[in-house]
Amino acid sequence: MRRKLARTLFALLPVVPWLAFAAPAEIRLSGDCPPGFEFSAGQCKLRSLYQMYDSLENSGVGGLKTGLPAYRDGFSPQQIDLGRYLFFDPVLSGDGTVSCASCHNPDLGFSDGLGRSVGVSGQPMRRSAPSLWNVAFQQRFFWDARASSLEQQMQGPLYDENEMATSPEQLLRTLNGIPLYRELFRQAWPQDFRAADAVIRLDQVYTAIAAFQASLISLNSRYDQYAHGYADALTGPEKEGMNVFRSFVARCAECHTPPLFTNQQIAVIGTPDPEGMAFDPGASETLGEPTLRGGFKVPSLRNVALTAPYMHSGRFATLREAVAFYTGGRGHAVPPGEDLKIHWHIWEPKLSDEELDRLVDFLKTLTDESFKPVQPRWLPSGRQPVHNIIARTGETHQDGASNDE
Amino acid sequence: MNKIAIIAGAVVLLAGGFYLGKSGQQPATVIKVDSEPKAAFTSSGAEEVAGAPAATVRSLVTPTSGELIVVKEGESIQDAVAAASPGAVIKVMPGVYKETVYIDKDNITLSGVIEQGKYPVLEGEGLRNDAVLYSGNGVTVENLYITHYKGNGVMGQAGNNFIIRNNFIVDTGVYGIFPQLGKNGIVSHNIVSGIEDAGIYIGMSDNIDVVFNQVFDSVAGIEIENSRHALVESNFVYNNTGGILAFITPGLPIKTCGDVLIRNNFIVDNNHENFAIPGSLVSNIPAGTGVLVMACDDVVVEGNIINGNNSVGITFTDFSLAGNAANDPDSEPNPNRPRILNNIMQNNGNDPAPKVRAFLAAMLATTGPDIVDTVGMDDGCILNPERFRTIGLGKYTECDFATTANVASYTLPEPVPARSMEDVDKGRLAYYGICAGCHAYSSRMIGPPTQVIQALYMDNPEGIAEYAAHPVKKRPDYPDMPPQSHLDDETRLAAAKFMLNVTQ
Repeated sequence: MRRKLARTLFALLPVVPWLAFAAPAEIRLSGDCPPGFEFSAGQCKLRSLYQMYDSLENSGVGGLKTGLPAYRDGFSPQQIDLGRYLFFDPVLSGDGTVSCASCHNPDLGFSDGLGRSVGVSGQPMRRSAPSLWNVAFQQRFFWDARASSLEQQMQGPLYDENEMATSPEQLLRTLNGIPLYRELFRQAWPQDFRAADAVIRLDQVYTAIAAFQASLISLNSRYDQYAHGYADALTGPEKEGMNVFRSFVARCAECHTPPLFTNQQIAVIGTPDPEGMAFDPGASETLGEPTLRGGFKVPSLRNVALTAPYMHSGRFATLREAVAFYTGGRGHAVPPGEDLKIHWHIWEPKLSDEELDRLVDFLKTLTDESFKPVQPRWLPSGRQPVHNIIARTGETHQDGASNDE
Repeated sequence: MNKIAIIAGAVVLLAGGFYLGKSGQQPATVIKVDSEPKAAFTSSGAEEVAGAPAATVRSLVTPTSGELIVVKEGESIQDAVAAASPGAVIKVMPGVYKETVYIDKDNITLSGVIEQGKYPVLEGEGLRNDAVLYSGNGVTVENLYITHYKGNGVMGQAGNNFIIRNNFIVDTGVYGIFPQLGKNGIVSHNIVSGIEDAGIYIGMSDNIDVVFNQVFDSVAGIEIENSRHALVESNFVYNNTGGILAFITPGLPIKTCGDVLIRNNFIVDNNHENFAIPGSLVSNIPAGTGVLVMACDDVVVEGNIINGNNSVGITFTDFSLAGNAANDPDSEPNPNRPRILNNIMQNNGNDPAPKVRAFLAAMLATTGPDIVDTVGMDDGCILNPERFRTIGLGKYTECDFATTANVASYTLPEPVPARSMEDVDKGRLAYYGICAGCHAYSSRMIGPPTQVIQALYMDNPEGIAEYAAHPVKKRPDYPDMPPQSHLDDETRLAAAKFMLNVTQ
C-alpha cells in the first residue's frame, strides 16, 4: 500500500519540482580512495592483512592465515564515488521508484531483509537479493552463477521488467539529460569528455557501479582478529562454534571456506523453497548441466548475521533455522518426485542443540561494517534516495510469498 | 545391492564410454632384452624435487624453541596449546584425554609420550567431532592413540610443512588422517583402521608423502584427492573396500589431480563390505578394489604387490563411477596418461562385487581382470602387458621409462617459506586495511585526520602504537576509539610508523 503511495508521489515529481531535493550546483567527486584502499598511480589498490598470506594453488581457500581469492580493484577514486551516486539513485529504474540500494541496502547488510526481493512490479520475485559485501572477490554472480562479471550481472536487474525495468536507451537518455551527471562522468573520465558533445556511455555506467561495489570490503571482523593471531578476539562459546563449523561433522568450512567463507562453487543441497512456490532448478538451467538441478552458488557468510532471511528464496527466517537445516538429514526437504544429486557433504551430522547455538554464535563473529560507505544525502538527479523511505513490503512470512502489504 | 541398481551401474559404465575394442585379445608374449636403457621418469613434481641431496630427503622437521609443556592425565591438552608459543613441544603423558585439540599457531609439536606400550588416548566417546584440528604451519602430530570421534582423527586446514606420524587411529568417524589445502607434508607410520570413508585422505594438497602406513578395515584405505605431486609408497593396505585411490572429486575449488606415484605398496585382500555414508563418493567403490584412479592425471602405479582383491586389481575410470554426484563442467573427467609399471598381481577378480559382475557379464566374463581402463585411454602406457589379464588397454603403448626411482620423495628439499616479509609491508597493510576505516589523510571521518595525528606525534610512532592499544577519550567531539590490541606489537608499531609517513 505504502509502495503505491510512494510511486504516486514520484510520478508527481516532474510536475511539482519543488518537491525535489536540490543538489548543489557544483559537485567534486572524491579524490580519495575508500577505506581499505591505497591510492597508487591513479588507482585505488586493495590493502588487507590477508595479503601477508599465500593460498594453495592461489585458490584463495584454506584456513585461518590464507590469502584472498582473485579480486577486482584498480578503479579511480572518482569512478568509485560516481558509482556510489548511481547506486543510490532511483533515476536508474524505469519508473524512478527503485535504486540498486532498494534491494542492496547498506543498512541491511547490502541485502533487503526480504525472502524474495521486490522490484518495480511490487511483487516478490523468485530469489533473494544477495549481500554485496566482498563481491570484489566473487568470480560468478547470481544464485545460479549465470554472470561472470559485475558489469554483466548488473544488466540483469537494470533491464528486468520486474526489477528496475529500464532499458539501455532510457538509461542513457536519462543520465545524459541530467547536466550534473554529465559533469560527474566528465570528472571520472576526463579523457573521454574532451569533446564538447561527448556523452555518457553504458560501459562507463557499468564500470562506475562495479567500482563502487568492488569497494565494499569486510575483512575486519572479530573472526579476522582471531585469524591474524589474537586468540582473545573470540569468546569460549564462539571458539566452540568455530570448531563445530570447521569440524568434519558439521563440515560447514568445506564449502564456506575461509577467508571469504565460500569456495565459490555450485552445490546442490536441497533447501526448501517457500510453500506453494514451484521448485527452483537453479544452476542446471543456466549451466546446461542436468545434474546441477537445484544447485546454487555457495554464498559467502561474511556479514551473514545482517542478511536474514536465508537461502536462495528466504525460506529460513533466522540463522538458527538455517544451520538446523544441515542436521535435518540428507535430502529431507526435497520435494517428492525430485531426484537431486545432493552434495556429498550433506549428511546426518547429528548436531546437538548446543552445537547449533554455538554455530550461530560463531557466525555472528563474521560481522564487520567498519568500511560501510557513506550514503549520499542528495543525488545528482535531484531525487531523494528511496531505499530507506520507499514503502517496504514488510518481512516475508515463513512461506516467503505473502507479506504485510 | 538390488538388481535394478546392478543394471543401472552396468549401464552407467557403458554409457561412460567404456572401451570395448580389443578387450578380449591379450597381447602375445614377446621375450626380449632391452639393449638401450629406458629414459628417466620426468614430471613437474620430479623437477621440483630433483637435485635434493639424499640426506635431505623427507628431512622435514617442526622447528623447536626449547619450550616444553608436559600434559598429564587429568589436565587439558588444549590448555597447553593455548599457553604454547610457536616452537613449543607439547608432550602428552599416557592417559585418557576427552577433548578436541585445535592448533591455530605455527611450529607446534604435539607429541605423545609412550611408556611400555601405553599411549596417550584421545577418546571421543562417540560425541566429539574431531580429535586434532590444526591450521598453523609446521605442525607435528605424533604418538597418539585416537579413537571414537565422530569426524576425523587428525584434520588439517591449510597448514604447510606438516608431519603426522606414528599414530594409532581406531574406529574414528569419517577420515582417520585428513590434511587439506596444505603444501609439503608427511604422513607416515600411522596405523589406521575402522574408518567409514578414507583412512588416510590427502585433500587438495601439494607435495605430500604417504609412506609406511598400515591401513585396514576401512572403506577406502589411502585416498589422494584433487592433489598434485603425491607419493604413496610402502604402505600396507588390506581388508578395505578399496585399497589406494587417486580421485578428482567434482565440485571442489581446486580442480586438478595429478603426478601421483603409487609405488611399492602391499595392496592385499581389499574385499571389505562397503559401509560408507550414503551419498559419499566412496560409497560407489565396489568391494574388492585394489587401486582405483578416477579422473586423476599422470598417475604411475609401480612395483606394488596387488593381491587377492576380488573385483579388480587396478581400475582407471572417469566420473561415470560417481553416479551420485553432480557433474562439474570445470573438471576434466578422464584419467589422462595412466602409467603402469611392473606390479606383482595375483589372485584378483575372483569374486567380483555385483556392480563389477554386471559390467563383466556384458563381455561374457565372470572373473575380474587385473587391470581395467573403463575409458579406453589412448595415452596410457604399460610395461609387460602380457603378464596381466586386462580390459580396455588396447591403446596403451610401452612406457618409455621403467622406474620412478629418481623421485625419492615429493616433499620439498626446503620447507615452504612463510611469505617473505621483505615483500610485505605490514604497516602499509594494517594502515590501509584497518586504520583507514576511521582515519583519512586530510578529512574528518570517524576519527581525526591522519595529518592531525602526524602533527601530534611527529617522531613518536611508539606513542601512537601505545595509544592505539589502550585508547583513552581525548576529543569530546569524536567517538571513542576501539582498542587495536588485537594487532600484535610489531604490526601496531609498523602501522604507526607508516601512518607518520603518509602524504596523501
